[in-house]
Amino acid sequence: MAENTLTQDKFIDHHLQNLTFGQCSDGKWRFADKHVNIGKDHSAHEVQKDYTCNPKDMGFNAIHVDTMAMSLLLGTLFCFFFWRVAKNASTDKPSKVQNAVEYLFDFVKGVVNDNFQDKNNKLVGPLSLTIVCWVFLMNLMDLLPVDLVPWIANGFQSSVVYGPVHYFKVLPIADVNAPMGMALGIVVLIHYYSIKKKGLGGFLGELTLQPLGKWAMPFNMLIEIPGFYAKQIALGLRLYGNLFAGEMIFILIALFYGAFFDSLYGAVLGVFGVLLHLAWAIFHVLIIALQAYVFMILTVVFLNQAHETH
Amino acid sequence: MNFNYTLIGQLIAFILFVWFCMRFIWPQLLEILETREKEISDGLEAASRGKRELEEAGVKKEEILDGAKKEAADLVNQASQRANQLVEEAKTSAQEEAERIKVAAQKDVDQAAKKAREELRSELAVLAVAGAEKILGSEVDQEKNADLIDQISKEM
Repeated sequence: MAENTLTQDKFIDHHLQNLTFGQCSDGKWRFADKHVNIGKDHSAHEVQKDYTCNPKDMGFNAIHVDTMAMSLLLGTLFCFFFWRVAKNASTDKPSKVQNAVEYLFDFVKGVVNDNFQDKNNKLVGPLSLTIVCWVFLMNLMDLLPVDLVPWIANGFQSSVVYGPVHYFKVLPIADVNAPMGMALGIVVLIHYYSIKKKGLGGFLGELTLQPLGKWAMPFNMLIEIPGFYAKQIALGLRLYGNLFAGEMIFILIALFYGAFFDSLYGAVLGVFGVLLHLAWAIFHVLIIALQAYVFMILTVVFLNQAHETH
Repeated sequence: MNFNYTLIGQLIAFILFVWFCMRFIWPQLLEILETREKEISDGLEAASRGKRELEEAGVKKEEILDGAKKEAADLVNQASQRANQLVEEAKTSAQEEAERIKVAAQKDVDQAAKKAREELRSELAVLAVAGAEKILGSEVDQEKNADLIDQISKEM
């Protein structure tokens, strides 16, 4: 029983670990070789060397190859698909694909028109479209079975035991870097538009001179600055948290499949797991679309707030 | 939460995708939608203009038709008037002609009657002279009695 628990822990750890390329403690850059699984081919890595190459020890000097690969792939897919539709689009005889793209475009345009007052802004529309499509596509990866892409990346064999790619997290959003990287871009834009529209003085004044006037400046800063930055941090963390939790539940459900071929009991558990997976996936479709939409609309709202003087 | 270069990588990727969308996707789609909107509004406008023109044409058609009808009626009136006039004229001239013919005929008849009477008278004078000759048994000198004979034929 204890051994079984350990295996389950290792399974969960395995699926929470990104494929990391980073600087090991000997100063060289390579794929991290600390593995939580204990297959025969992995046992070599278990030998403690005079350096550590644990992703957790790399600090900032590392890059998550799986997150980058999946997000770039999906972003390119979005760009290529929309670019082709936009290039071949016709005004009088739209194809079905064009209709769908136009529907989405109209939807995003409507959101921007309703929530953004500066109608001459050329950035917010494309920004919103990119966010909603890219985030939606990345979120959609959540619906792929947690072991499928690692299995493919590992040359169609289980990555838990052996193979060239031991870790592959297919859901970029469940890596905090992806949503926070996007949110960082939004934060930069919020500051840019705030200073551009109100001037540096006006922007700082908003953070220090209200709600109580200049004699209560410390109090004002205590109220305004955390509020101003909390919403920007929450923008990325909200997306990350929702998708990470969803992914976590998929991983836990995936534990049911483990003993599918071992015994009748395992098979029954497996069938139960499939049903659970189905139920959670159907529910999760809602979260996937909703979080993409929320991220987009909050971006528009925050950028609009940056334009408004209070 | 292990932040690392992926954060920067994601930021750069995000900027690139937004730039691509801003440059190659959004303006094109916007243009398509705006063109279509314009085409539709133009089409609707043309349709309403056509409808209005049709209505105007209907009114104009009525006007023209009315005018033509009036003209035709005028023409018919004029024609019938003219016909009446012609008939009247013909009647008058025919009456005149008839009158004239009647007068001429009367004159002829009078002349003929006069002539016949003259002839009868001269014949009668001759007969009377012949009778008188027979009665008198002698010749009446025509030369000498010319006055007498004339007188007799006049008295007859």
